[in-house]
Amino acid sequence: MKNRFLIGLRHGLPIGLGYLSVSFAFGIFSLGQGLSIWETLLISMTNLTSAGQLAGVPIIAAGGSPAELAVTQLVINLRYSLMSVSLSQKLHESVDLPHRLAVAFFNTDEVFAVASSRTEPLTKSYLYGLGVYPYLGWSLGTLAGALAGDILPASLNSALGITIYGMFVAIVIPAMRERRATTWCVLLAVVLSCAFRYLPLLSRVSSGFAMILCAVAASALLAYLAPLEQEGDV
Amino acid sequence: MTENFFLYLAVMAGVTYLIRMLPLVLVKKKVENGFIRSFLFYVPYAVLGAMTVPAVFYATDSVFSAAAGLGVALVLALCKKGLLTVAVGATLAVYLWEWIGSIL
Repeated sequence: MKNRFLIGLRHGLPIGLGYLSVSFAFGIFSLGQGLSIWETLLISMTNLTSAGQLAGVPIIAAGGSPAELAVTQLVINLRYSLMSVSLSQKLHESVDLPHRLAVAFFNTDEVFAVASSRTEPLTKSYLYGLGVYPYLGWSLGTLAGALAGDILPASLNSALGITIYGMFVAIVIPAMRERRATTWCVLLAVVLSCAFRYLPLLSRVSSGFAMILCAVAASALLAYLAPLEQEGDV
Repeated sequence: MTENFFLYLAVMAGVTYLIRMLPLVLVKKKVENGFIRSFLFYVPYAVLGAMTVPAVFYATDSVFSAAAGLGVALVLALCKKGLLTVAVGATLAVYLWEWIGSIL
């Protein structure tokens, strides 16, 4: 059991390191939006999701409605439900209800990617080990970013503003190469997103709802036009 | 202190956790519906696309440095570099672009 924990720990290390820089950028971003250091840290420690937090913070900072916040998180993080469904198929029988409740908390894109690449059933020791460094990296990176935002030179702050988008590009581009329909989906979402930003009437829609509309429209259209083939495609 | 912060925090963390937790606890079978599976497959990429453009162009001090950073990120990603490399590359590109701009 202990052995599997250590294996998980090791597998989680690169994820945790990767999270350091991204959560650092999130910390700076959140402070820039006007949230405090502790608010920013608490959000990271309780959410553990890059895209959701990045979309949620502006809504909080602007004093948006909790309903808007909830729906935004729901749509942006909907992908986790698919991952959790997939993960549930791979769990070792030792992972009973209380442990399922616990491991669900840190099922991020990257943790899921590593976990689902395992051939053997996932034990609770392995999963807990896997979650340690990503959680530490995400929390500590956020704290460092939130603290550093004040003391870093403006030029570095400006440059770090793009870090998180660099990561998004690194996630999207390989998926676009893999599947032409994914490319169309992303391009459609981009066009819609620009429309909501720049067109007179549409730009009145709040950024949270605009995101939902873009994502749902593009995904639904492509799911209809280019559905996945059989099992094992996700 | 942001107004209603803990309400926001509870909503945000609660929704995110429930999305992750409920399927893990409730679903014992695979999703069979082809449309829903496909929809869920596309959602993260659509979200990332919509979230990146046009927002990325306003993420730094100037549209031009952001464009330089985005360009470098695209090239590195197309060269199949990892998350960290692409993210750091884009950051360096913005930094250098603005540094060069400041000394010219």
